Amino acid sequence: MVAINSAFKVGNEAAAIRVRHVVKQFDSPDGGVTPGALALNDVCLTVTAGELVCIVGPSGCGKSTLLRMIAGLNAPTSGEVAVGAELIQGPSAERGLVFQDPSLFPWLTVRGNIESGLVARGVLGRMRAEVDDFMRLVGLEGFANSFPHHLSGGMAQRVALARALINHPRVLLLDEPLGALDAFTRMRMQDEVLRLWQARGTTMLFVTHDIDEAIYVSDRIVVMTQRPGRIEQVIPVELERPRDRGSDAFLRLRGKILEIMHFAGQPMAGNRT
Amino acid sequence: MSTAINQISPAAPAISNSERRQRPAKPVATAGVHYRPQTLLAIPVGAAGSLAIHYLVPKSEAVPMSTFFPKLLCAMLGFGIVMALIYPFSTRVRKWMRHMCPILGMATLTTGAWELVTSGLGLLPLPYFPGPEAVIAAIIRDAGLIFDSTWHSLFLLLSGYAIGTCLALITGVIIGWFPHARYWGMPLLKVVGPIPATAWIPLAMVVAPSAMFSAVGLVALAVWFPVTMLTASGISNTRTSYLDVARTLGASRFYLIFRVAIPAAMPNIFIGLFMGLGTSFLTLVVAETVGVKSGLGWYISWAQGWAEYGKVYGALVIMAAFFSTIMTMLFKLRDRVLVWQKGTIKW
Repeated sequence: MVAINSAFKVGNEAAAIRVRHVVKQFDSPDGGVTPGALALNDVCLTVTAGELVCIVGPSGCGKSTLLRMIAGLNAPTSGEVAVGAELIQGPSAERGLVFQDPSLFPWLTVRGNIESGLVARGVLGRMRAEVDDFMRLVGLEGFANSFPHHLSGGMAQRVALARALINHPRVLLLDEPLGALDAFTRMRMQDEVLRLWQARGTTMLFVTHDIDEAIYVSDRIVVMTQRPGRIEQVIPVELERPRDRGSDAFLRLRGKILEIMHFAGQPMAGNRT
Repeated sequence: MSTAINQISPAAPAISNSERRQRPAKPVATAGVHYRPQTLLAIPVGAAGSLAIHYLVPKSEAVPMSTFFPKLLCAMLGFGIVMALIYPFSTRVRKWMRHMCPILGMATLTTGAWELVTSGLGLLPLPYFPGPEAVIAAIIRDAGLIFDSTWHSLFLLLSGYAIGTCLALITGVIIGWFPHARYWGMPLLKVVGPIPATAWIPLAMVVAPSAMFSAVGLVALAVWFPVTMLTASGISNTRTSYLDVARTLGASRFYLIFRVAIPAAMPNIFIGLFMGLGTSFLTLVVAETVGVKSGLGWYISWAQGWAEYGKVYGALVIMAAFFSTIMTMLFKLRDRVLVWQKGTIKW
């Protein structure tokens, strides 16, 4: 709860995410006979305040695990994760999370879902006016009283974004948020995410398996490898926004990342353990 | 998406066959009303048929002197004719009649068949199978006592059901949420729960200070088991992504239990409530028969003792109406609480 109060005096510097030598080993399924899977091995990553960083990598490379640890839902086996000066001990309203499945509460209306962050923190009475602002921000004013099962995938994900943003989190963690959408909706939603990011200045860490998406939205791309999950390379994206998905620079970067991932996928994996 | 479609044409997805057939008629008030014989004639034909059986088939038994049954049939005939006359003038009446008339007509005709088999041809042994006249006469003549019994049953049922549900929600949430409570509570629930509540009657009679207390307790026990079981499983199967999201929104444990796990478990809880309602009807009737000397269960066994089977069937008719009304009310409540669910089970 201390963390929530301190959110009002966030300096820009405070919003940086720092991941230091994080190792995550899952409990072994057979009760200790064989060691559990090593999901992350010695991961170091720094995200500066207001940055939009994408993590790409093959499935099973521990991207989601890393994100859950920053959210405070899982604890690292060793190493430390900090947001600003504060070590992460557990989940908090300062670090919003959006999943691939919007996971809207089906028993609440669109408005109820967006409000839920305020209700959970017991500040709905004080901040009710914000709900309308956020519904407008994601363009869902007309759907306040609809239930989630009436919404399309893109709309549901916009509700999930508004729900995560209403607490004014310092950091927004996005776990393949557009993965389940069709290609056209996904491209529209990428612009939507960029618009929200530019409007609010929230630090965003965006996990995706779509390289085009990563190049289109992010300031930097973190490429991860599989088994155990490690950061292979961090690539800055120095293209002017709005980016042209067909430009030479875009395609060159795409080729470079594919090359890295391919190169990282086969001959190196055996040497790591 | 579908909401947007709904807004464009509100009635579009909900058109049933009957409505579609009526559509071309809409612009002109009554000119194009479709007259279907099975809608207009079902009740009058059913009632007339039953009246014909009543007056034309000679009676094989010493018929009670009352004439309630033919009066009821005449009322039904009148009702059918009046409805058929209103038919062209109101869309709502048309819709209702299209749905209800065939079934009401068939029900009326069935009472005629019943009379034919019992008082008419005497195919079934007396006094176990009286005709409709005897049953209706029993209900009307004994209305006071039946009403009193119904009232007693209602009181026992509702108090037992309410107590059992409240306890079950508490124990179900505790067992479903806390792993320790689950470890210790689940085996008890699995071993003791499946014992039918009625099997506890000997113990209940000894322990409870009065027969009424024991009946309320047995009904409560009958409800408690299914509701606890379903609540606990609903709570412990709450999707983790709901809980994860709520945690990152700053939710306390209170919020996680009462605003996430319980709403998520609601569909399960209602299944438990329906199962519990069924077992509570059963337990109520048995408890009234053996313990409490009042209520519909008692009335039936008392009437049977006097071989007044007209009263037995009369009480069964009242019981059917009484229990199905309560069941319908629970369905209405469910539809209200679970409006957010996609599809609903029909009752």
